[in-house]
Amino acid sequence: MSFINYSSREINCKIVYYGPGLCGKTTNLQFIYKRMNPEARGKMISLATETERTLFFDFLPLSLGEVRGFKTRFHLYTVPGQVFYDASRRLILRGVDGVVFCADSQLTRVDANVESMENLRVNLREQGYSPEKVPLVIQYNKRDLTGTASVAELHALLNTRNVPEFEASATTGIGVFETLKAVIKMVLIEMKKGDR
Amino acid sequence: MGRDLFILREREYEAFLSVLRKLLSDACAKIVFLVDKNGTLLASAGDTAEFDTTSLASLAAGNIAATGGLANLIGEKEFSILFHEGERDHMHISVLADRLILVVIFDRRSSVGLVRLRVRRASEDLARILFSAEEEPEGGGVIEELTDADIESLFK
Ligand SMILES: Nc1nc2c(ncn2[C@@H]2O[C@H](COP(=O)(O)OP(=O)(O)OP(=O)(O)O)[C@@H](O)[C@H]2O)c(=O)[nH]1
Ligand SMILES: [Mg+2]
Repeated sequence: MSFINYSSREINCKIVYYGPGLCGKTTNLQFIYKRMNPEARGKMISLATETERTLFFDFLPLSLGEVRGFKTRFHLYTVPGQVFYDASRRLILRGVDGVVFCADSQLTRVDANVESMENLRVNLREQGYSPEKVPLVIQYNKRDLTGTASVAELHALLNTRNVPEFEASATTGIGVFETLKAVIKMVLIEMKKGDR
Repeated sequence: MGRDLFILREREYEAFLSVLRKLLSDACAKIVFLVDKNGTLLASAGDTAEFDTTSLASLAAGNIAATGGLANLIGEKEFSILFHEGERDHMHISVLADRLILVVIFDRRSSVGLVRLRVRRASEDLARILFSAEEEPEGGGVIEELTDADIESLFK
């Protein structure tokens, strides 16, 4: 649910990074945090286990400047990817405006990606969204590794909606900002449709 | 639920603010703030400079969401009041009108009983403001004029 504050002239949107365990969601946020101008970002909060697996969520607030006299603020969240944290994933999806689906390109993770994408659809529906309409961008991460599926294969398995897709290597930052930019664009365009 | 747009206008914002200011002084609190269930800060009063209110708002909403999940598992609808006791500062978190979260941070100059009492009253006032805001016809329109160039300019 986008939130427009006419008083402080702010637009707030919520973006969620979704995907299977260890695909690199947290790494995306960490890279964004590292590279953003400190004035444009708040503190990054990670609720994680001792082994650095996301337990509840990561949170990173960004403010990206003004459009039409409104400050734009984007709240980035990651979900915990491990299968058994499904209840938490559902909570974090509440009020989402746009989703980045982060896929793990490794051949061994093909099934995990498909399962997670299906889980995203189920959980969106459960929160009252229509999964075919929510702004979505897909990122094929870990392209730097060997033993990865081809983008064409991943596309065929995951990108049935034919949404914008990006190759990435989140540890070095390749594709990270392209992905973010694309989802922000989609969210703003969608909000424009909603504001009448 | 699902996708929609929540618009807060000047008038409601000011009304929220005056309730929060009154609550702050009636409850002898350090800071009070109002958050929507998605973790966006709507308004705050008190010594906000001392705290990272964006993070507080997001974690308070996460806290309510997580305990709400627990509540469902035992057949409760929601735990609508949470109280966290610290060594120095304490935090009282409550849900109002199903949509908003009111957070009060206080120390030993106040007490849970007093906070709880004042929160109840303030919650009614805040809910009334929320409902009256929702009755008004939609009339945003600014975002409608957003062009591709506007969006592009954010990434310069
Ligand atoms: N080689 C390589 N490693 C990556 C890449 N992105 C992430 N990793 C590594 O993969 C591991 C898991 O990354 P995280 O970002 O913690 O994964 P996550 O998706 O947040 O995992 P959960 O929190 O369990 O859902 C870390 O060791 C990262 O350094 C990448 O593009 N290439
Ligand atoms: Mg993680």
